[in-house]
Amino acid sequence: MLEITPLHYMLLSAGLFMVGVIGVLVRRNIIIIFMSIELILNAVNINLVALAHQFGNLSGQVFVVFIIAVAAAEAAVGLGILLAFYRNKETVNIDEMTIMRW
Amino acid sequence: MLDAVVFYTLAALILGLGVLVITARSAVHSVLFLVLNFLLIAALYVTLNAEYLAVIQIMVYAGGIVVLYLFVVMLVNLKRAPEQHVDSRRLGRVGMALALVVLVELVAIGYVASTRAVSNAVSGSVRSFPASVQGGNTEELGWVLYTDYLIPFELASVLLLVAMVGAIVLAKRSL
Repeated sequence: MLEITPLHYMLLSAGLFMVGVIGVLVRRNIIIIFMSIELILNAVNINLVALAHQFGNLSGQVFVVFIIAVAAAEAAVGLGILLAFYRNKETVNIDEMTIMRW
Repeated sequence: MLDAVVFYTLAALILGLGVLVITARSAVHSVLFLVLNFLLIAALYVTLNAEYLAVIQIMVYAGGIVVLYLFVVMLVNLKRAPEQHVDSRRLGRVGMALALVVLVELVAIGYVASTRAVSNAVSGSVRSFPASVQGGNTEELGWVLYTDYLIPFELASVLLLVAMVGAIVLAKRSL
C-alpha cells in the first residue's frame, strides 16, 4: 500500500480515462467534450510515463511528446471548426449539430 | 512513505479536478479546473523523473492549449447572460485573503533568508548537484528524439504546420 508501483499509476490513469469518457458521453456542450478528450489523452500520457520510468526506457516519454503535439493540433483544428460552426448556427450543443446526419 | 503521501495527494486532486471539469456548470470554471489538473499532472511527471515532460506539460498544455480553450469559451458564450450577479464585496474579501497569503510568503522568505547565509546556500546547492542531474532527463530525451525517432519528429512538425494553416483557414471569416 505504501509502496508506489506502476500499478498505482495505471489505476490513476484508468480513473482519469473513465472520467474523460463519462464527460464525452454525458455532456452536451461541445467545448466540455473537447476538454474531456484532453483528459483522456493525459490519462494515456500518465500511463506511458509511468511505464517508461518502470522499464528505464525513454521511448515512452518520446511518445508522450508526440501525443502532446497531436493534442495541440487537434485542439487548434477542433476549435477552428467549432468557431466556424458557431458562426453559422449560434449553438454549441451537439444535439443541434445535425447538418451532417445521413 | 513520502512518495506514497505525494502520490495519493496528487492522485486524489487529479481525479477530483477531473470530475469537477466535467461537472462544472460554467464552461469558464471548467477550463480553469482543467488548468489546475494539468499543473498537477506536471507535478506527477516530476515524481516519475520526467522533468522535461513536466515543463512541456506546463508550457504547451497549461500555457497554450487551455488558453486557446479559454478564448473560444469566451467568444462563444458572449451572448449568454451571466449566471449570477458578481458581488464586489465578496471579490474584495478574496483579494484581501490573497494579499494576506502573499504577505505571509514574503515574511517567510525574509525570515529564512535572514537566518541562513544566502550566499552559502545558493553556491552550495548548485555545486552539490551531480553531473548527471545537470543535463538531466532532457539531454537523454533529446538524443533518443533526434536519433531513433527523427522521422516521426519531422512528421510531427509537418502535422503542426498543417494544423496551424487549417485552423487559420477555418476560423477566418472570408479568404
